[in-house]
Amino acid sequence: MAPVGPRSGDAIFASVERVNAELFTLTYGAIVRQLLTDLEEVEEVNKQLDQMGYNIGIRLIDEFLAKSHVSRCVDFRETAEVIAKVGFKMFLGVSASVTNWDSDGTCCSIIFEDNPLVDFVELPDTCQGLHYCNVLSGVIKGALEMVSMKTEVTWVRDMLRGDDAFELQLKLLKQVPEEYPYKDDE
Amino acid sequence: MIGVSKIKQHSNVLDKPLSKGKQEVSLSAFAFLFSELVQYNQAKVDNIAELERRLEDAGYAVGARVLELLCHRDKGNRRETRLLGILSFVHSTVWKALFGKVADSLEKGTEHEDEYMISEKELLVNKFISVPKDMGTFNCGAFVAGIVRGVLDGAGFPAVVTAHFVPMEGQQRPRTTILIKFTEEVNTASPALYCNCVCLVMYICQ
Repeated sequence: MAPVGPRSGDAIFASVERVNAELFTLTYGAIVRQLLTDLEEVEEVNKQLDQMGYNIGIRLIDEFLAKSHVSRCVDFRETAEVIAKVGFKMFLGVSASVTNWDSDGTCCSIIFEDNPLVDFVELPDTCQGLHYCNVLSGVIKGALEMVSMKTEVTWVRDMLRGDDAFELQLKLLKQVPEEYPYKDDE
Repeated sequence: MIGVSKIKQHSNVLDKPLSKGKQEVSLSAFAFLFSELVQYNQAKVDNIAELERRLEDAGYAVGARVLELLCHRDKGNRRETRLLGILSFVHSTVWKALFGKVADSLEKGTEHEDEYMISEKELLVNKFISVPKDMGTFNCGAFVAGIVRGVLDGAGFPAVVTAHFVPMEGQQRPRTTILIKFTEEVNTASPALYCNCVCLVMYICQ
């Protein structure tokens, strides 16, 4: 059998089942609002959204690897490119780009303008500290942890706060060496 | 630092043109998110009724917005004031916008005048869900029931909306029926006489 090469984000997005983005957007809005009611503190909501994203990330990586045919990335640069070019496209149908590399290639920014999560959203004055899309940073963190990379993901720019784009800073903290034997029962 | 500091311009949603609503995301993105919604709420409650109520609340918030959005976009700022009109609006327009298809069926209850049912063979939110035995009648369709209630309530037809599994012969999975029971103030016997007194908010559209 011929080896299968990695597929482009567009090709995958075209082939998977899709739903209306507004259902997604409004459902996410309902979640955020429920969290704000339950937890009251904006900081707590940020934390919870991040946690939810993490939970999603650790499961989403399986589907990502199965559908994208991406094999092990040679370095963190390639990892970031794959997230922006394939991951964002495949799940959210939007394009993102990677810039602002530091000299040793462990820190970069993912920048995107289209973001289905924020349609119809306006941050009220009482929620200025809210990272509305914090679920995204959690997803990236969770997914990368499953491929042995500990990362820190922070928001640098946010269009809901009046910036001209969304910017996520991705910082590689360490590569976790794979351990043997794998514990299957945990 | 004159000229250097950037004046933050908070974007105003009303200044943006209304999207055509054709954008899509992958079904898994929605499924992952919905699953988190269910899990989060599951951790907050200790019984099924409460869990369904919380999912319904989340759905209600979606429904209220969907009504505004669709009336604005598809119906030229007009909203249905007749009972059958709003029911078919839910069954066709809302369903089509949210789930990409018209609902499988819309029926009137045979036993009660004020009951209607929308049935769906495989409801989108139930697609990846299997309910464990110990959770009995729990149905994630409660979220969709909430959406329906949100739409109806916003249109001036308050109702109690619940989701139920109905086993189907020859099918492995049961279908989901959304049961709509209108409250007494909605006079279903003569829908045309029911005066809808909720003001329509007029939008100044671009």
